[in-house]
Amino acid sequence: MSLLTAIGLLPLISAGMIALIPTRNNELIKRATLVATTIIAISSIFLAVSFDKNSDQLQFVQKNSWISAFNINFSLGIDGISLVLILLSTILVPIVILATWNESENGRWSSKVFYVLLLTLESLMIGVFAANDLFLFYVFFEAMLIPVYFLIGGYGTGNKSAAAIKFLLYSLFGGLLMLASIIGVYIISSNQIGATFDITQLATLEIDNQTENFLFLGFFIAFAIKAPLWPFHTWLPDAAKAATPGTSVLLLGVLDKVGTYGMIRFCIQLFPDASKTFTPLIITLAVISIIYGAFMAIGQRDIKGLIAFTSISHFGFITMGIFAMTTQGMSGANLYMINHGFSTAALFLIAGWMISRRGSSTISDFGGLQRVTPVMAWSFFIAGMSSLALPGLSSFISEFLVLVGTYTRYPVAAIIGTLGIVLAALYILIPVQKALHGPIVSGNENLKDLNFREKIAIAPVILVIVFMGFYPKPVLDLINPTSEKVVVNAGFSDPIAKVGK
Amino acid sequence: MLSAPSLSYMLLSPMLIIFGAAVLGVLIEAFLGKTHRAAVQLTISIGALLLALLQLWQIKDMTSTTAAVNSVTIDRAGIFFQFIIVALALVAILLIADQDNFVAQASAVPGSTEEKIATQQRVQQTEIFPLVLFAVGGMMLFTVASDLITLFVALEVFSLPLYLLAGLSRRRRLLSQEAALKYFLLGAYASAFFLFGSAFIYGYAGTVSISAISAAAGSANDIFLFIGIIFMLVGLLFKVSAVPFHSWTPDVYQGAPTPITGFMAACTKVAAFGAILRIFYVGFADAQSLWQPIISVIAIITMIFGSVVAIAQRDVKRMLAYSSIAHAGFLLLGVISLSKEGLAASLFYLFSYGFTTIAAFGIISLVRDSTGEVSDLNRWVGLGKKSPLVAAVFSFLLLGFAGIPLTSGFIGKFAIFSAAYQSANISLVVVGVLASAIAAFFYIRVIIMMFFTDPVNDSVSVIIPSIRSRIAIICATLISLLLGVFPSLLLNASNSFANLIK
Repeated sequence: MSLLTAIGLLPLISAGMIALIPTRNNELIKRATLVATTIIAISSIFLAVSFDKNSDQLQFVQKNSWISAFNINFSLGIDGISLVLILLSTILVPIVILATWNESENGRWSSKVFYVLLLTLESLMIGVFAANDLFLFYVFFEAMLIPVYFLIGGYGTGNKSAAAIKFLLYSLFGGLLMLASIIGVYIISSNQIGATFDITQLATLEIDNQTENFLFLGFFIAFAIKAPLWPFHTWLPDAAKAATPGTSVLLLGVLDKVGTYGMIRFCIQLFPDASKTFTPLIITLAVISIIYGAFMAIGQRDIKGLIAFTSISHFGFITMGIFAMTTQGMSGANLYMINHGFSTAALFLIAGWMISRRGSSTISDFGGLQRVTPVMAWSFFIAGMSSLALPGLSSFISEFLVLVGTYTRYPVAAIIGTLGIVLAALYILIPVQKALHGPIVSGNENLKDLNFREKIAIAPVILVIVFMGFYPKPVLDLINPTSEKVVVNAGFSDPIAKVGK
Repeated sequence: MLSAPSLSYMLLSPMLIIFGAAVLGVLIEAFLGKTHRAAVQLTISIGALLLALLQLWQIKDMTSTTAAVNSVTIDRAGIFFQFIIVALALVAILLIADQDNFVAQASAVPGSTEEKIATQQRVQQTEIFPLVLFAVGGMMLFTVASDLITLFVALEVFSLPLYLLAGLSRRRRLLSQEAALKYFLLGAYASAFFLFGSAFIYGYAGTVSISAISAAAGSANDIFLFIGIIFMLVGLLFKVSAVPFHSWTPDVYQGAPTPITGFMAACTKVAAFGAILRIFYVGFADAQSLWQPIISVIAIITMIFGSVVAIAQRDVKRMLAYSSIAHAGFLLLGVISLSKEGLAASLFYLFSYGFTTIAAFGIISLVRDSTGEVSDLNRWVGLGKKSPLVAAVFSFLLLGFAGIPLTSGFIGKFAIFSAAYQSANISLVVVGVLASAIAAFFYIRVIIMMFFTDPVNDSVSVIIPSIRSRIAIICATLISLLLGVFPSLLLNASNSFANLIK
């Protein structure tokens, strides 16, 4: 068993052990989960350290036969892109647990169920990024929906069951379209090279144009729903508003990345020609997402809704970077996934604390927090600045790379995209001004600042945001070889000579 | 000079055991005292089914077209179909053994004092057991029959007991009797159509043997073959409840005693698809241009209609009835594929769907209020709070019906869609996945009702199941789970058994 498989299984095993603890031992369950997920996070850092970053090959490969009748293998292995996304997932989970220590207590079921679902989800998240077998990927992709569905529906607030079912049905619909395409690819492989689900082998198939376009669309719509891209985004704001802040962090920070990850790994690698055909359309959708998400964010009164719409705007950037088909765009998009994960995590966690303290999620109910709760206000400010891509904070570099990468091939799209940055300043600064500055709105006078646990939880996130703003090289080193490989394999070369790092 | 026909008893033994036990059951009804009847009948039924399974295992590698003169073909696929039917019946009979689902005395008029007395005296209608065994025997014969006359006889042998069983519900007897009558009348029409079609085929080919019909292809005017196929299809599609021959399904599923619904839903599908696959794969394979378009259209309508109409249902049994209609549509893709993969996928699908169905109906029979079983979905709200385990198991089964990965339903769908795609029926696959997406909605809605809604005052409770029901439900659920995670076991078997001989 490779280290990767072990890390993937650990959360599941922990979930099994936590299920054995009696339900009433709430504190014990929480501590055990925190310890387990921290160990998993540390082991995944070990994984990253022992990863050979100069190689663009799959590493930590593990392959066992699973369903021999269809030549389906339990096949795991990671390259740079998978690795950083796995790191993102495993690091965010313990932070979420620590940050939202009491979140699980107001649910429909006990805290135990919450943590068992969360740990199961973690295993599936690692699996989905590590799978090298198309069928296995699909299984993780779909199975992931079930714990999230129960996390939203069982522990959320407001109109949670409607939001949960909307989320599930959108995702299932996309997933089933993808299933049709997966079957198509599988049958084509069995006619050409012998039935297989191995992604590397599937990338060598010769598919006629029309078929390839249809297969591509099956995958792309599934991922566009997941990511989400305009016009497939309508489930996201509802889900983000209804879910607990912790669930929202994982939903927007990690799960939605499966969509953009899937575009890189499957859409482009399996169907390079179709990707070329559809690129203008996709870039247009991405630009619309950027602008639309930004405008909608400006109009939001609900703080969770605001973060959800800013994410739609950011996913527009990521998608644009991916389909610009330049190495800068691709690297930028990959880096953006990580940065967006952390900055959204910070925003959602702090917003969650603000909401639970104030008892309201309306932005105008806050005001003057800077004076009452300075630490919370400053953290929110930094996270917000990162979200609008202030130079020196993490998102700036990725947004810059995406725009540069896009400009070399699609200058108009890049220029309109830049408008998104301007709008970002509006959608972040207006709420910052309303909530943090100005006179103290009545009802806010006695709000408590972050306690020790919350400070410990948010510190690493802020640290990553600042550190990655100044020194993204460690992550870029992991991402770059794979990004280049993806672009080159898809048959593209950069329109202008590569700039030095 | 009349010579005795040669019969290979070994190959026929599984069916002979079941029919023998059924006859024995009738004798017991006549001669054994009331007190011990139920126990003896149950023992005999289970014993016969186990013995039949054992015999099927013994003959699993044998094939013969002349097992009973030329009327029965024992081959790998036939043995597998029989195996599925017997295994499903074995689980179902444990549920059926819970007598409180059945009327105390079927002959008593509903609501009469006679009925009350019979109920108070705890009279039991133990004829159920031989009836079920006759049905099982008929189904087994239906899947291996290789001439049209035997097919018709088998069809009637398994249908007649089912008509009776459908009318034996203890509660809401009028509804149950209405369902039985409806099932009987429509079933009789369908059988007549089947017979009519057989006559045309005979007129076309000059023979009733399926393999001889395939040899006769092209020898006469195809229009007669076409008419024959159409009419036979009406009879067969009625049994699998494909649209537009489905109208009996919701009423019968709702009216019949729940364990019988489970038995019928699972086993009838296997038997009917067994026969359809044999007839079309062996008899009409060369005439595929005649029937493939028709079945394709029916499959499309069935998948979509079943999934869409199920959304509007407020009764869990009716909902599963429409879901079974949709599943019939998916299974028709296996028939259309006309390939070894299609046959293997159908075998797997029928096996996994059967067990999921029986487990689901087993659970429905546990959900009750003071007057008896409650199938009104509005009253299932909050079940997850009252009985989390039962609700969780039922949710798992629903996810299986919906075809979520890691359940057996998903592998079945994947296999059958792949087979259809491979045979270039891509549009059917697309309709199939869209129908699955629609269907997911109503399965998930039930999960929401059970888990995300608070219980109301008149909501229901779950009775503590008898040990027999418990075994049945646990077995069937475990099989669904196992087939979802480790489908190789059955997939390899269904691949190696996917062989119909002429």
